[in-house]
Amino acid sequence: MIHKYKQLGLNIVMDVYSGAVHVVDDVMFDMLDHINEPFTAEDACPENVKAALGDKYSDEEISESYAEICALAKNGQLFTEDCYADIAKNWNKQSVVKALCLHVAHDCNLRCKYCFADTGEFHGGRSLMSAEVGKKAIDFVIANSGNRHNIEIDYFGGEPLMNFDVVKEITEYAKEEGKKHNKNFRFTITTNGILLDDDVMAYINENMSNVVLSLDGTKETNDRVRYRVDGSGSYDAIVPKFKKLAESRNQDNYYVRGTFTAYNADFAKDVIHLADLGFKQTSVEPVVAPETEDYALKKEHVETVCAEYDKLAEDYVKRYDEGRGFNFFHFMVDLDQGPCAIKRLSGCGAGHEYLAVAPNGDIYPCHQFVGNSEFLMGSVNDGTLDKDIMTRFERSNVYTKPKCADCFSKFYCSGGCSANAYNFNGDINKPYELGCEFQKKRLECAIAVEAHKKLG
Amino acid sequence: MKHVQTLNSANLKNSAKHGGCGECQTSCQSACKTSCTVANQKCEQAN
Repeated sequence: MIHKYKQLGLNIVMDVYSGAVHVVDDVMFDMLDHINEPFTAEDACPENVKAALGDKYSDEEISESYAEICALAKNGQLFTEDCYADIAKNWNKQSVVKALCLHVAHDCNLRCKYCFADTGEFHGGRSLMSAEVGKKAIDFVIANSGNRHNIEIDYFGGEPLMNFDVVKEITEYAKEEGKKHNKNFRFTITTNGILLDDDVMAYINENMSNVVLSLDGTKETNDRVRYRVDGSGSYDAIVPKFKKLAESRNQDNYYVRGTFTAYNADFAKDVIHLADLGFKQTSVEPVVAPETEDYALKKEHVETVCAEYDKLAEDYVKRYDEGRGFNFFHFMVDLDQGPCAIKRLSGCGAGHEYLAVAPNGDIYPCHQFVGNSEFLMGSVNDGTLDKDIMTRFERSNVYTKPKCADCFSKFYCSGGCSANAYNFNGDINKPYELGCEFQKKRLECAIAVEAHKKLG
Repeated sequence: MKHVQTLNSANLKNSAKHGGCGECQTSCQSACKTSCTVANQKCEQAN
Protein backbone atom coordinates (compact mmCIF):
# COMPACT_ATOMS: atom_id res chain seq x y z
CA MET A 1 0.00 0.00 0.00
CA ILE A 2 1.27 3.46 -0.83
CA HIS A 3 0.07 6.91 0.13
CA LYS A 4 1.02 9.98 -1.88
CA TYR A 5 0.39 13.63 -1.16
CA LYS A 6 1.84 17.10 -1.60
CA GLN A 7 2.98 19.17 1.36
CA LEU A 8 5.51 21.97 1.90
CA GLY A 9 6.12 21.98 -1.85
CA LEU A 10 7.22 18.35 -1.85
CA ASN A 11 5.73 15.28 -3.58
CA ILE A 12 5.77 12.64 -0.87
CA VAL A 13 5.21 8.91 -1.27
CA MET A 14 4.90 6.65 1.75
CA ASP A 15 5.29 2.90 1.36
CA VAL A 16 3.16 1.76 4.27
CA TYR A 17 4.45 -1.78 4.88
CA SER A 18 8.18 -1.09 4.57
CA GLY A 19 8.06 2.30 6.26
CA ALA A 20 9.97 3.84 3.33
CA VAL A 21 9.37 7.51 2.58
CA HIS A 22 10.25 8.97 -0.81
CA VAL A 23 10.26 12.47 -2.23
CA VAL A 24 9.58 12.18 -5.95
CA ASP A 25 9.42 14.51 -8.93
CA ASP A 26 6.21 15.31 -10.80
CA VAL A 27 6.72 12.56 -13.38
CA MET A 28 6.86 9.79 -10.82
CA PHE A 29 4.18 11.39 -8.66
CA ASP A 30 1.74 11.44 -11.58
CA MET A 31 2.80 8.01 -12.82
CA LEU A 32 1.93 6.40 -9.50
CA ASP A 33 -1.71 7.39 -10.11
CA HIS A 34 -1.78 4.95 -13.01
CA ILE A 35 -0.10 1.94 -11.41
CA ASN A 36 -2.23 -0.53 -9.52
CA GLU A 37 -1.38 -2.87 -6.67
CA PRO A 38 -0.29 -5.62 -6.48
CA PHE A 39 2.53 -4.30 -8.63
CA THR A 40 4.29 -6.46 -11.18
CA ALA A 41 7.36 -4.98 -12.83
CA GLU A 42 7.33 -5.12 -16.60
CA ASP A 43 10.29 -4.77 -18.98
CA ALA A 44 9.00 -1.44 -20.24
CA CYS A 45 6.47 1.08 -19.11
CA PRO A 46 2.97 -0.26 -19.92
CA GLU A 47 1.24 1.44 -22.84
CA ASN A 48 -1.74 2.64 -20.80
CA VAL A 49 0.61 4.48 -18.39
CA LYS A 50 2.52 6.02 -21.30
CA ALA A 51 -0.72 7.11 -22.92
CA ALA A 52 -1.95 8.73 -19.72
CA LEU A 53 1.24 10.75 -19.26
CA GLY A 54 2.32 11.26 -22.86
CA ASP A 55 0.89 14.77 -23.17
CA LYS A 56 2.72 16.02 -20.13
CA TYR A 57 6.10 14.25 -20.11
CA SER A 58 8.68 13.01 -22.64
CA ASP A 59 9.12 9.31 -23.51
CA GLU A 60 12.52 9.39 -21.83
CA GLU A 61 11.17 10.80 -18.59
CA ILE A 62 8.39 8.23 -18.55
CA SER A 63 10.73 5.29 -19.22
CA GLU A 64 13.27 6.41 -16.63
CA SER A 65 10.64 6.98 -14.01
CA TYR A 66 9.04 3.60 -14.60
CA ALA A 67 12.43 1.87 -14.33
CA GLU A 68 13.04 3.60 -11.01
CA ILE A 69 9.66 2.50 -9.69
CA CYS A 70 10.55 -1.08 -10.63
CA ALA A 71 13.91 -0.77 -8.86
CA LEU A 72 12.27 0.56 -5.68
CA ALA A 73 9.75 -2.26 -5.71
CA LYS A 74 12.52 -4.82 -6.19
CA ASN A 75 14.40 -3.33 -3.21
CA GLY A 76 11.36 -3.63 -0.97
CA GLN A 77 10.83 0.13 -0.81
CA LEU A 78 7.65 0.51 -2.83
CA PHE A 79 4.47 -1.54 -3.16
CA THR A 80 5.71 -3.72 -0.32
CA GLU A 81 3.17 -6.31 0.67
CA ASP A 82 1.70 -6.79 4.11
CA CYS A 83 3.86 -9.17 6.12
CA TYR A 84 2.44 -8.37 9.54
CA ALA A 85 -1.01 -9.96 9.33
CA ASP A 86 0.39 -13.37 10.37
CA ILE A 87 2.22 -11.84 13.30
CA ALA A 88 -1.02 -10.25 14.42
CA LYS A 89 -3.00 -13.46 13.89
CA ASN A 90 -0.59 -15.41 16.11
CA TRP A 91 -0.43 -12.57 18.61
CA ASN A 92 0.63 -13.87 21.97
CA LYS A 93 2.20 -10.90 23.56
CA GLN A 94 2.39 -12.06 27.17
CA SER A 95 2.81 -8.53 28.38
CA VAL A 96 4.25 -7.43 31.65
CA VAL A 97 3.32 -4.22 33.41
CA LYS A 98 6.03 -1.65 32.80
CA ALA A 99 4.34 1.69 33.44
CA LEU A 100 1.92 3.11 35.95
CA CYS A 101 0.02 6.34 35.94
CA LEU A 102 -0.41 7.20 39.61
CA HIS A 103 -3.39 9.41 40.34
CA VAL A 104 -1.86 10.95 43.40
CA ALA A 105 -4.54 13.63 43.65
CA HIS A 106 -8.13 13.42 42.60
CA ASP A 107 -8.41 17.06 43.37
CA CYS A 108 -7.43 20.17 41.50
CA ASN A 109 -6.94 23.89 42.11
CA LEU A 110 -8.21 24.69 38.61
CA ARG A 111 -11.65 24.11 37.12
CA CYS A 112 -10.76 23.65 33.47
CA LYS A 113 -13.90 23.60 31.38
CA TYR A 114 -12.97 20.58 29.28
CA CYS A 115 -11.46 18.42 32.05
CA PHE A 116 -12.04 14.75 31.23
CA ALA A 117 -11.30 14.07 34.89
CA ASP A 118 -14.42 15.96 36.00
CA THR A 119 -12.28 18.87 37.30
CA GLY A 120 -10.16 16.40 39.25
CA GLU A 121 -12.81 14.22 40.82
CA PHE A 122 -12.85 11.47 38.18
CA HIS A 123 -16.52 11.09 39.03
CA GLY A 124 -15.67 9.66 42.44
CA GLY A 125 -15.21 12.56 44.84
CA ARG A 126 -12.08 14.50 45.76
CA SER A 127 -9.31 12.43 47.37
CA LEU A 128 -5.56 12.14 47.70
CA MET A 129 -3.42 9.01 47.39
CA SER A 130 -1.64 8.03 50.59
CA ALA A 131 2.07 7.20 50.60
CA GLU A 132 1.09 3.71 51.69
CA VAL A 133 -1.03 3.10 48.57
CA GLY A 134 1.69 4.68 46.41
CA LYS A 135 4.31 2.33 47.83
CA LYS A 136 2.04 -0.63 47.23
CA ALA A 137 1.76 0.51 43.61
CA ILE A 138 5.56 0.45 43.37
CA ASP A 139 5.63 -3.06 44.88
CA PHE A 140 2.91 -4.06 42.42
CA VAL A 141 4.77 -2.88 39.34
CA ILE A 142 8.01 -4.51 40.48
CA ALA A 143 6.16 -7.79 41.04
CA ASN A 144 4.38 -7.61 37.68
CA SER A 145 7.17 -6.31 35.45
CA GLY A 146 8.94 -9.61 34.78
CA ASN A 147 12.38 -9.04 33.28
CA ARG A 148 11.70 -5.46 32.17
CA HIS A 149 14.45 -3.21 33.41
CA ASN A 150 12.92 0.18 32.59
CA ILE A 151 9.78 1.11 34.51
CA GLU A 152 7.89 4.38 34.19
CA ILE A 153 5.89 6.11 36.86
CA ASP A 154 3.77 9.06 35.83
CA TYR A 155 2.40 11.28 38.57
CA PHE A 156 -0.94 12.50 37.40
CA GLY A 157 -4.14 13.97 38.74
CA GLY A 158 -6.09 16.10 39.22
CA GLU A 159 -3.14 18.18 40.21
CA PRO A 160 -0.26 16.09 41.62
CA LEU A 161 1.44 19.06 43.29
CA MET A 162 -1.51 19.14 45.73
CA ASN A 163 0.00 15.95 47.15
CA PHE A 164 3.68 16.57 46.52
CA ASP A 165 5.00 15.24 49.83
CA VAL A 166 3.51 11.88 48.89
CA VAL A 167 5.01 12.16 45.38
CA LYS A 168 8.42 12.57 47.01
CA GLU A 169 7.89 9.70 49.41
CA ILE A 170 6.81 7.34 46.62
CA THR A 171 9.73 8.45 44.44
CA GLU A 172 12.31 7.83 47.16
CA TYR A 173 10.76 4.44 47.91
CA ALA A 174 10.80 3.46 44.21
CA LYS A 175 14.45 4.44 43.88
CA GLU A 176 15.38 2.26 46.87
CA GLU A 177 13.30 -0.69 45.74
CA GLY A 178 14.55 -0.28 42.15
CA LYS A 179 18.12 -0.80 43.33
CA LYS A 180 17.13 -3.96 45.19
CA HIS A 181 15.26 -5.43 42.24
CA ASN A 182 17.45 -4.16 39.36
CA LYS A 183 14.76 -1.88 38.00
CA ASN A 184 15.41 1.52 36.48
CA PHE A 185 12.52 3.81 37.45
CA ARG A 186 11.83 6.85 35.29
CA PHE A 187 9.47 9.43 36.71
CA THR A 188 7.34 11.99 34.97
CA ILE A 189 4.89 14.49 36.38
CA THR A 190 2.08 16.49 34.83
CA THR A 191 1.20 19.80 36.46
CA ASN A 192 -0.87 22.91 35.93
CA GLY A 193 1.90 24.92 37.56
CA ILE A 194 -0.11 26.79 40.18
CA LEU A 195 1.86 25.28 43.08
CA LEU A 196 5.27 25.22 41.39
CA ASP A 197 7.95 26.88 43.49
CA ASP A 198 11.74 26.71 43.63
CA ASP A 199 11.80 23.71 45.96
CA VAL A 200 9.35 21.75 43.83
CA MET A 201 11.28 22.63 40.67
CA ALA A 202 14.55 21.50 42.24
CA TYR A 203 13.06 18.15 43.22
CA ILE A 204 11.47 17.69 39.79
CA ASN A 205 14.75 18.51 38.04
CA GLU A 206 16.63 16.08 40.18
CA ASN A 207 14.20 13.21 39.86
CA MET A 208 11.84 13.47 36.91
CA SER A 209 12.95 12.45 33.42
CA ASN A 210 10.07 14.39 31.92
CA VAL A 211 7.63 17.02 33.10
CA VAL A 212 4.41 18.00 31.35
CA LEU A 213 3.32 21.60 31.92
CA SER A 214 -0.27 22.41 31.08
CA LEU A 215 -0.76 25.64 29.13
CA ASP A 216 -3.10 26.09 26.17
CA GLY A 217 -1.60 29.03 24.28
CA THR A 218 -2.30 32.74 24.41
CA LYS A 219 -3.66 34.33 27.57
CA GLU A 220 -7.05 34.69 25.92
CA THR A 221 -7.17 31.04 24.83
CA ASN A 222 -5.81 29.68 28.10
CA ASP A 223 -7.85 31.73 30.52
CA ARG A 224 -11.11 31.09 28.73
CA VAL A 225 -10.94 27.42 29.70
CA ARG A 226 -8.21 27.06 32.34
CA TYR A 227 -9.39 29.02 35.34
CA ARG A 228 -9.40 28.80 39.11
CA VAL A 229 -12.30 28.09 41.44
CA ASP A 230 -13.05 31.83 41.56
CA GLY A 231 -13.08 32.03 37.76
CA SER A 232 -9.80 33.90 37.39
CA GLY A 233 -7.40 32.72 34.67
CA SER A 234 -4.18 30.81 35.32
CA TYR A 235 -1.94 32.22 32.54
CA ASP A 236 -0.24 35.07 34.44
CA ALA A 237 0.57 32.90 37.43
CA ILE A 238 2.02 29.94 35.58
CA VAL A 239 3.86 31.28 32.52
CA PRO A 240 6.83 32.79 34.40
CA LYS A 241 7.20 29.57 36.40
CA PHE A 242 7.03 27.37 33.31
CA LYS A 243 9.64 29.54 31.59
CA LYS A 244 11.93 29.21 34.57
CA LEU A 245 11.46 25.44 34.78
CA ALA A 246 12.03 24.99 31.03
CA GLU A 247 15.25 27.01 31.21
CA SER A 248 16.43 25.12 34.28
CA ARG A 249 16.04 21.88 32.28
CA ASN A 250 18.06 23.36 29.40
CA GLN A 251 14.91 23.48 27.27
CA ASP A 252 14.78 19.69 27.12
CA ASN A 253 12.95 16.78 28.73
CA TYR A 254 9.72 18.65 29.27
CA TYR A 255 6.63 19.55 27.29
CA VAL A 256 4.43 22.57 27.51
CA ARG A 257 1.21 20.81 26.71
CA GLY A 258 -2.05 22.39 25.68
CA THR A 259 -5.47 21.38 24.50
CA PHE A 260 -7.34 23.09 21.70
CA THR A 261 -11.11 23.13 21.52
CA ALA A 262 -13.85 24.46 19.27
CA TYR A 263 -13.19 27.85 20.93
CA ASN A 264 -9.76 27.97 19.26
CA ALA A 265 -9.98 25.65 16.29
CA ASP A 266 -7.50 28.17 14.78
CA PHE A 267 -4.96 26.80 17.25
CA ALA A 268 -1.80 27.31 15.15
CA LYS A 269 -1.51 30.80 16.64
CA ASP A 270 -1.51 29.25 20.12
CA VAL A 271 1.32 26.86 19.28
CA ILE A 272 3.29 29.73 17.78
CA HIS A 273 2.60 31.74 20.91
CA LEU A 274 4.17 29.00 23.03
CA ALA A 275 7.20 29.06 20.73
CA ASP A 276 7.33 32.85 21.00
CA LEU A 277 7.39 32.54 24.78
CA GLY A 278 10.65 30.64 24.28
CA PHE A 279 9.42 27.09 24.83
CA LYS A 280 11.31 24.58 22.70
CA GLN A 281 9.21 21.51 23.55
CA THR A 282 5.51 21.89 22.85
CA SER A 283 2.45 19.75 22.41
CA VAL A 284 -1.04 21.02 21.69
CA GLU A 285 -3.72 18.41 21.17
CA PRO A 286 -7.36 18.34 20.12
CA VAL A 287 -9.89 18.11 22.93
CA VAL A 288 -11.82 14.86 23.03
CA ALA A 289 -15.34 15.55 24.22
CA PRO A 290 -18.94 14.53 23.57
CA GLU A 291 -20.61 16.56 20.83
CA THR A 292 -23.08 17.92 23.34
CA GLU A 293 -20.40 20.19 24.82
CA ASP A 294 -20.11 23.57 23.15
CA TYR A 295 -16.30 23.42 23.22
CA ALA A 296 -16.26 19.97 21.54
CA LEU A 297 -14.57 19.50 18.21
CA LYS A 298 -16.94 18.03 15.65
CA LYS A 299 -16.91 17.00 12.01
CA GLU A 300 -17.62 20.56 10.99
CA HIS A 301 -14.22 21.56 12.44
CA VAL A 302 -12.15 19.07 10.47
CA GLU A 303 -11.44 21.38 7.56
CA THR A 304 -10.37 24.27 9.79
CA VAL A 305 -8.25 22.08 12.04
CA CYS A 306 -6.49 20.41 9.10
CA ALA A 307 -5.80 23.81 7.51
CA GLU A 308 -4.32 24.91 10.84
CA TYR A 309 -1.95 21.91 10.86
CA ASP A 310 -0.89 22.87 7.32
CA LYS A 311 -0.30 26.45 8.41
CA LEU A 312 1.61 25.32 11.47
CA ALA A 313 3.82 23.05 9.36
CA GLU A 314 4.71 26.02 7.14
CA ASP A 315 5.63 28.21 10.12
CA TYR A 316 7.41 25.33 11.77
CA VAL A 317 9.88 24.71 8.94
CA LYS A 318 10.32 28.44 8.37
CA ARG A 319 11.44 28.84 11.97
CA TYR A 320 13.65 25.76 11.65
CA ASP A 321 15.30 27.22 8.55
CA GLU A 322 15.85 30.51 10.39
CA GLY A 323 17.60 28.72 13.25
CA ARG A 324 14.79 29.31 15.75
CA GLY A 325 13.02 26.00 15.48
CA PHE A 326 11.09 24.25 18.22
CA ASN A 327 9.56 20.82 18.69
CA PHE A 328 5.86 20.17 18.30
CA PHE A 329 5.12 16.71 19.69
CA HIS A 330 2.78 15.63 16.92
CA PHE A 331 5.18 16.71 14.18
CA MET A 332 7.99 14.61 15.62
CA VAL A 333 8.57 11.36 13.79
CA ASP A 334 11.74 9.33 13.56
CA LEU A 335 11.94 7.86 10.06
CA ASP A 336 15.10 5.86 10.73
CA GLN A 337 15.12 4.58 14.28
CA GLY A 338 11.57 4.85 15.45
CA PRO A 339 9.74 2.06 17.22
CA CYS A 340 9.85 -1.50 15.90
CA ALA A 341 6.95 -3.05 13.99
CA ILE A 342 5.80 -4.95 17.08
CA LYS A 343 5.40 -1.72 19.01
CA ARG A 344 3.62 -0.11 16.06
CA LEU A 345 1.18 -3.00 15.88
CA SER A 346 0.35 -2.98 19.55
CA GLY A 347 0.08 0.70 20.37
CA CYS A 348 0.17 2.54 23.66
CA GLY A 349 0.07 -0.47 25.96
CA ALA A 350 -2.96 0.67 27.97
CA GLY A 351 -4.62 -2.12 29.89
CA HIS A 352 -1.69 -4.52 29.82
CA GLU A 353 1.70 -2.76 29.87
CA TYR A 354 0.44 0.54 31.15
CA LEU A 355 -2.10 0.82 33.98
CA ALA A 356 -3.54 3.64 36.04
CA VAL A 357 -3.91 3.57 39.81
CA ALA A 358 -6.62 5.64 41.54
CA PRO A 359 -5.97 7.27 44.95
CA ASN A 360 -7.57 4.32 46.75
CA GLY A 361 -5.37 1.81 44.91
CA ASP A 362 -7.92 0.67 42.33
CA ILE A 363 -6.39 -0.28 38.99
CA TYR A 364 -7.78 0.77 35.59
CA PRO A 365 -6.49 0.24 32.02
CA CYS A 366 -5.32 3.87 31.79
CA HIS A 367 -5.99 7.33 33.18
CA GLN A 368 -8.89 7.77 30.74
CA PHE A 369 -10.77 4.81 32.19
CA VAL A 370 -10.36 5.72 35.86
CA GLY A 371 -13.74 5.83 37.56
CA ASN A 372 -15.44 3.57 35.00
CA SER A 373 -16.46 0.54 37.08
CA GLU A 374 -16.75 -1.66 34.01
CA PHE A 375 -12.98 -1.35 33.64
CA LEU A 376 -11.97 -1.78 37.28
CA MET A 377 -9.15 -4.32 36.97
CA GLY A 378 -8.04 -4.90 40.55
CA SER A 379 -6.18 -3.15 43.33
CA VAL A 380 -2.60 -2.59 44.36
CA ASN A 381 -3.75 -3.13 47.94
CA ASP A 382 -4.16 -6.87 47.44
CA GLY A 383 -2.23 -7.26 44.17
CA THR A 384 -5.26 -8.47 42.20
CA LEU A 385 -5.37 -7.93 38.44
CA ASP A 386 -8.25 -8.96 36.17
CA LYS A 387 -6.57 -11.03 33.47
CA ASP A 388 -9.67 -10.99 31.27
CA ILE A 389 -9.62 -7.22 30.92
CA MET A 390 -5.87 -7.33 30.48
CA THR A 391 -6.16 -9.91 27.69
CA ARG A 392 -8.85 -7.85 25.97
CA PHE A 393 -6.45 -4.92 25.69
CA GLU A 394 -3.43 -7.08 24.96
CA ARG A 395 -5.14 -8.71 22.00
CA SER A 396 -6.22 -5.41 20.52
CA ASN A 397 -3.85 -4.32 17.77
CA VAL A 398 -3.91 -2.70 14.35
CA TYR A 399 -5.26 -5.90 12.80
CA THR A 400 -8.18 -6.24 15.21
CA LYS A 401 -9.45 -2.82 14.05
CA PRO A 402 -11.17 -3.29 10.68
CA LYS A 403 -11.28 0.45 10.02
CA CYS A 404 -7.49 0.57 10.05
CA ALA A 405 -7.07 -1.98 7.24
CA ASP A 406 -6.73 0.54 4.42
CA CYS A 407 -5.30 3.43 6.41
CA PHE A 408 -1.82 4.73 5.62
CA SER A 409 -1.40 5.99 9.16
CA LYS A 410 -1.90 2.68 10.95
CA PHE A 411 1.74 2.00 11.81
CA TYR A 412 2.16 5.51 13.20
CA CYS A 413 -0.83 5.61 15.54
CA SER A 414 -1.46 1.86 16.06
CA GLY A 415 -5.15 2.42 15.58
CA GLY A 416 -5.46 5.25 18.06
CA CYS A 417 -6.53 5.61 21.66
CA SER A 418 -8.53 2.71 23.14
CA ALA A 419 -10.35 4.99 25.56
CA ASN A 420 -11.50 7.31 22.80
CA ALA A 421 -12.65 4.30 20.77
CA TYR A 422 -14.61 2.94 23.70
CA ASN A 423 -16.11 6.27 24.71
CA PHE A 424 -17.35 7.11 21.23
CA ASN A 425 -18.04 3.71 19.71
CA GLY A 426 -18.41 1.36 22.68
CA ASP A 427 -15.55 -0.86 21.50
CA ILE A 428 -11.78 -0.47 21.93
CA ASN A 429 -11.39 -1.86 18.40
CA LYS A 430 -13.54 0.81 16.74
CA PRO A 431 -11.38 3.93 16.42
CA TYR A 432 -12.72 7.41 17.13
CA GLU A 433 -13.18 8.81 13.61
CA LEU A 434 -12.52 12.46 14.31
CA GLY A 435 -9.24 11.50 15.98
CA CYS A 436 -8.34 9.53 12.84
CA GLU A 437 -8.90 12.56 10.60
CA PHE A 438 -6.60 14.69 12.73
CA GLN A 439 -4.03 11.93 13.08
CA LYS A 440 -3.76 11.45 9.31
CA LYS A 441 -3.26 15.15 8.72
CA ARG A 442 -0.67 15.40 11.50
CA LEU A 443 1.25 12.46 10.07
CA GLU A 444 1.33 14.00 6.61
CA CYS A 445 2.67 17.21 8.13
CA ALA A 446 5.18 15.37 10.32
CA ILE A 447 6.65 13.43 7.42
CA ALA A 448 6.77 16.52 5.22
CA VAL A 449 8.58 18.41 7.99
CA GLU A 450 11.09 15.58 8.31
CA ALA A 451 11.55 15.49 4.52
CA HIS A 452 12.13 19.25 4.48
CA LYS A 453 14.73 18.94 7.23
CA LYS A 454 16.54 16.09 5.47
CA LEU A 455 16.58 17.69 2.05
CA GLY A 456 17.41 21.19 3.26
CA MET B 1 18.03 7.74 -9.03
CA LYS B 2 16.89 10.78 -10.95
CA HIS B 3 13.21 10.97 -10.11
CA VAL B 4 13.19 9.94 -6.47
CA GLN B 5 15.00 10.58 -3.22
CA THR B 6 14.45 7.95 -0.56
CA LEU B 7 14.64 9.41 2.93
CA ASN B 8 15.16 6.34 5.09
CA SER B 9 16.32 2.77 5.19
CA ALA B 10 12.80 1.29 5.28
CA ASN B 11 13.58 -1.27 7.94
CA LEU B 12 10.12 -1.88 9.33
CA LYS B 13 10.03 -5.48 8.09
CA ASN B 14 13.34 -6.31 9.74
CA SER B 15 12.18 -4.77 12.97
CA ALA B 16 9.25 -7.20 12.98
CA LYS B 17 11.75 -10.04 13.20
CA HIS B 18 14.07 -8.53 15.76
CA GLY B 19 11.87 -6.11 17.65
CA GLY B 20 9.47 -6.43 20.52
CA CYS B 21 11.89 -6.27 23.46
CA GLY B 22 9.35 -4.06 25.23
CA GLU B 23 11.87 -1.82 26.98
CA CYS B 24 10.59 1.30 25.23
CA GLN B 25 8.46 3.98 26.80
CA THR B 26 4.72 3.50 26.85
CA SER B 27 3.31 6.01 24.43
CA CYS B 28 1.03 7.94 26.74
CA GLN B 29 3.76 8.76 29.22
CA SER B 30 5.46 11.56 27.35
CA ALA B 31 3.11 14.31 26.32
CA CYS B 32 0.01 12.92 24.77
CA LYS B 33 -2.70 11.98 27.15
CA THR B 34 -5.57 11.77 24.71
CA SER B 35 -4.21 11.05 21.25
CA CYS B 36 -2.24 7.86 20.90
CA THR B 37 0.93 8.53 18.99
CA VAL B 38 3.44 5.79 18.63
CA ALA B 39 5.82 6.65 15.83
CA ASN B 40 7.51 9.46 17.70
CA GLN B 41 8.63 7.16 20.49
CA LYS B 42 12.28 6.24 20.68
CA CYS B 43 13.53 2.67 20.34
CA GLU B 44 15.63 1.71 23.36
CA GLN B 45 17.88 -0.31 21.04
CA ALA B 46 18.61 2.68 18.80
CA ASN B 47 22.07 4.20 18.94
